[in-house]
Amino acid sequence: MLKSEDFAQELIDSGYDFFTGVPCSIIGNLINTITDRSDVTYIPAVREDAAVGVASGAYMAGKIPVVLMQNSGLGQCLNTLTSLNLIYKLPCLLIVTWRGFEGKDAPEHLVIGRVCNKLLDTVGIPHHDFNHDNIKSLINMSYKLVTENCEPMVLFLKKGIIE
Amino acid sequence: MNYREVITIITESLKDQLVVCANGLISREAFTIRDRTENFYMIGSMGMASSIGLGVALSKPSRKVIILEGDGNLLMNLGSLPMVGSLQPGNLLHIVLDNEVYASTGNQPTISNIIELEEIAKSSRYSYVKKVATNEDLKREVRFTLENNSLSFLLVKIEDKEKQREISRVTHDPEQIKERFMSTM
Repeated sequence: MLKSEDFAQELIDSGYDFFTGVPCSIIGNLINTITDRSDVTYIPAVREDAAVGVASGAYMAGKIPVVLMQNSGLGQCLNTLTSLNLIYKLPCLLIVTWRGFEGKDAPEHLVIGRVCNKLLDTVGIPHHDFNHDNIKSLINMSYKLVTENCEPMVLFLKKGIIE
Repeated sequence: MNYREVITIITESLKDQLVVCANGLISREAFTIRDRTENFYMIGSMGMASSIGLGVALSKPSRKVIILEGDGNLLMNLGSLPMVGSLQPGNLLHIVLDNEVYASTGNQPTISNIIELEEIAKSSRYSYVKKVATNEDLKREVRFTLENNSLSFLLVKIEDKEKQREISRVTHDPEQIKERFMSTM
């Protein structure tokens, strides 16, 4: 497992410089790590759509933002993604934890866990899955695509990939 | 006051301030009264004006940022008030045009006739909070809050709920709105 410190460093080295989101236990250490750093900002958001809104404002003011959330938050921010980010071409990287993957999780995670990738296909948001071997390459690729295409992109993070 | 007068008074006071205009009639009125490159017109994502404005204000501390939204917008993303208040961006002025209805969809009631939104701003630690209801008060408070350096909130009570005139939609497409806005920073 990659340490959260190293994961955060990869994001920052790629060029991401503004972080916001809502916690999930899978990214709890990652958020603490970013919060503790003095070279980047982490804004605790009250809800996932507020996080996407703040990230969009930050982008327009010159930042390249990352939004951290659980897949349950995709529903909360879906309207913001479709009626703000996708039509204004406001990019951000969304790192979304994939709870309920393959039906192994608490009941509240199972429905969204079964469809979260298809939900993004339906609205036209590109997405990829982290595994143990592609973390650095996915982060670098995401920065290139997010900044060149000016679109949101989701990288799904399952349990057991970062610690 | 009706909100056309209110937006006119605010617009007349502006120089290079960045303004995030909420979706619906607020963006359409702001666009029609005086189109500015420093205006970001929302056409969707209702409720997000305060979040977008916060992101701009935090990332561009050298510029004054104004959030211009209605009571319906604010109520839809009420958690934004404590989020803004916890961060205290001194370059942010939050103006809420409170007509107690969803005017863009034909004046269905909100709940701001019962709930005092300015009290929520106060408890959310906005530094300067004022409720205004007349032209004179609005002019004075806009002049003051454009110059001060503390997180400010103006609740502008709008009594006139007459049927709105036909008003043009924002004619720039969303990408143009974004690019113009970004070009001023």
